[in-house]
Amino acid sequence: MRNAFAAEVTRLAAELPQLVLLSGDIGNRLFDEYKARFGPRFLNCGVAEADMIGVAAGMAMCGLRPVVYTIASFLATRAFEQIRVDLCYHRLPVVLVGVGGGFAYASLGATHHSTEEVGCLRLLPNMTVVCPGDPTEVRLALAAALRREDPVYIRIGKKGEPSVHAGEPAFSIGKGIVVREGAQVCLVSTGAMLPAAVAAAEALSLRGVSAQVVSMHTVKPLDHGLLAGVFSRCRVVATVEEHSLLGGLGAAVAEWLADRSLDVGGTAEPGARLVRFGAADEFFNVAGSQEDARAHFGLTPRHIAERVLKAMGSLRNK
Amino acid sequence: MTERASLEALSRRIRSKVVEMSHKAKTPHLGSALSCVDILVAAYWEALRIDPKRPCDPDRDRLVFSKGHAMTALYAVLAHRGFFPVEALDTYAEPGDRLTEHSAPGCVPGLEAATGSLGHGLPLGVGMALGGRIQGRSHRVCVVMSDGECDEGSVWEAALLAGAQRLERLAAVVDYNKWQATGRSNETMALAPLREKWQAFGWSAREVDGHDLGALAGVLTRVPDGTGKPVAVVAHTVKGKGVSFMEDDNDWHYRIPSKGECEAALKELERGPSGGTAR
Repeated sequence: MRNAFAAEVTRLAAELPQLVLLSGDIGNRLFDEYKARFGPRFLNCGVAEADMIGVAAGMAMCGLRPVVYTIASFLATRAFEQIRVDLCYHRLPVVLVGVGGGFAYASLGATHHSTEEVGCLRLLPNMTVVCPGDPTEVRLALAAALRREDPVYIRIGKKGEPSVHAGEPAFSIGKGIVVREGAQVCLVSTGAMLPAAVAAAEALSLRGVSAQVVSMHTVKPLDHGLLAGVFSRCRVVATVEEHSLLGGLGAAVAEWLADRSLDVGGTAEPGARLVRFGAADEFFNVAGSQEDARAHFGLTPRHIAERVLKAMGSLRNK
Repeated sequence: MTERASLEALSRRIRSKVVEMSHKAKTPHLGSALSCVDILVAAYWEALRIDPKRPCDPDRDRLVFSKGHAMTALYAVLAHRGFFPVEALDTYAEPGDRLTEHSAPGCVPGLEAATGSLGHGLPLGVGMALGGRIQGRSHRVCVVMSDGECDEGSVWEAALLAGAQRLERLAAVVDYNKWQATGRSNETMALAPLREKWQAFGWSAREVDGHDLGALAGVLTRVPDGTGKPVAVVAHTVKGKGVSFMEDDNDWHYRIPSKGECEAALKELERGPSGGTAR
């Protein structure tokens, strides 16, 4: 995903003379081509995230279009108040890109895990939160974010994530993408969990369950229309994310679900049961890979498929 | 009346307005507002290249008022400078009014940024100065901060970046009144020696009497100052400046003047210099 980001930001810099790229002292060699072509529009802000956000805001106030890139765990939580006041309160067109979302940097230890930032940023007025599901979505999300006039957070993984989309899907911030068709279950995935959600759907189909997969790349604003459809059509809707169960996509869907019956006059009870997959409210503080961390929190295709089957079974028994 | 004397009279008029606003709206931070009036008057009437009729001119100089708690001073200065009618100050902080205690984005013409949380202005100013450089513009940026604000780490992060980038069109003015909300600023944190700190961070730093309009105008006009470095101005000021019973008394960080105190203050400010000096 980060190579897709570097290639796309370089391509977009050629189109958009206002684009400036700010890095928090990371991405060694990643931006060599960008720097060679657009050197004056690159700034290493040092290891100073709070300042970097303010600097980006000041640049945006002068008409520039800053793209701020650093490690997800240091971006949102460290500089949260700067994001709130400088970017969101002033509603500035600054794109934040957090690399290493979720457990992408699992082996580096919990200081480098980012399983809270989607929840933090979702709280902020004027903020849009996007977690692309594969490298193609990273490119499309960046281009779409730079067409907006307000702050956008884009969470990406690291490198080597598989492509899920064969071609280039229609992409619009705030609109989920149906990746795989299915009737009984809908797996609503955000971020780099998308390939695992697709694998879980395949495992379910081997067990005779037809599962749709949606890449819900935008966590805020949530695609209410898509959710209304899948909740009325399916028996189980499962959210899948590499993020705490507190505050992320699953929480956002649960909030929407809780408020929805009032919005439609109490008549439209959701048909589907909601199951949420995400990280428990704890630090993953032992050595291990991203796969190990996912396994610990039940985020592998096998775990997902089994728990969905269990949820369907419990519904049948009612 | 010489030009300088008329600016001094203007400073007193603005102080009077600030006292009235604090009294009428019952809002605190009066001492902090009185301490920075001369800095703002020197900037807006002498140093900054601005046109109140064109507050969005991309080539304008920018002043980022980072000590947002003293916003009555900036509101009064912008109004008197002609950015908006002085009468708009009459409804300051009333329910529903656009003028909040700490400013909201775009609430009045001439306001470059909403502030209130400390340590935000200098990073914004660094971004504006870098923005000017990238766009090939020649605007200058002046950030006005409090000394208590220099407790914030983000101030020094920004100072380090500005030093490395040699942002010679950026000035940081510290309203050094030696007080923060609940104590002496140099006892709370080791701010002193403040000028040397800025120098050590790669700035061209100087100290001035923060109530000497001529001295302030001099340093703020000479940006860039020829050193190729950003310019730090450590402005020695008196908290509560201009009202004898408020000067250097930190109770006026939070106290709100009663009717009698307001009248006494206005009488003093009408009369002229109170004799308080910056230390």
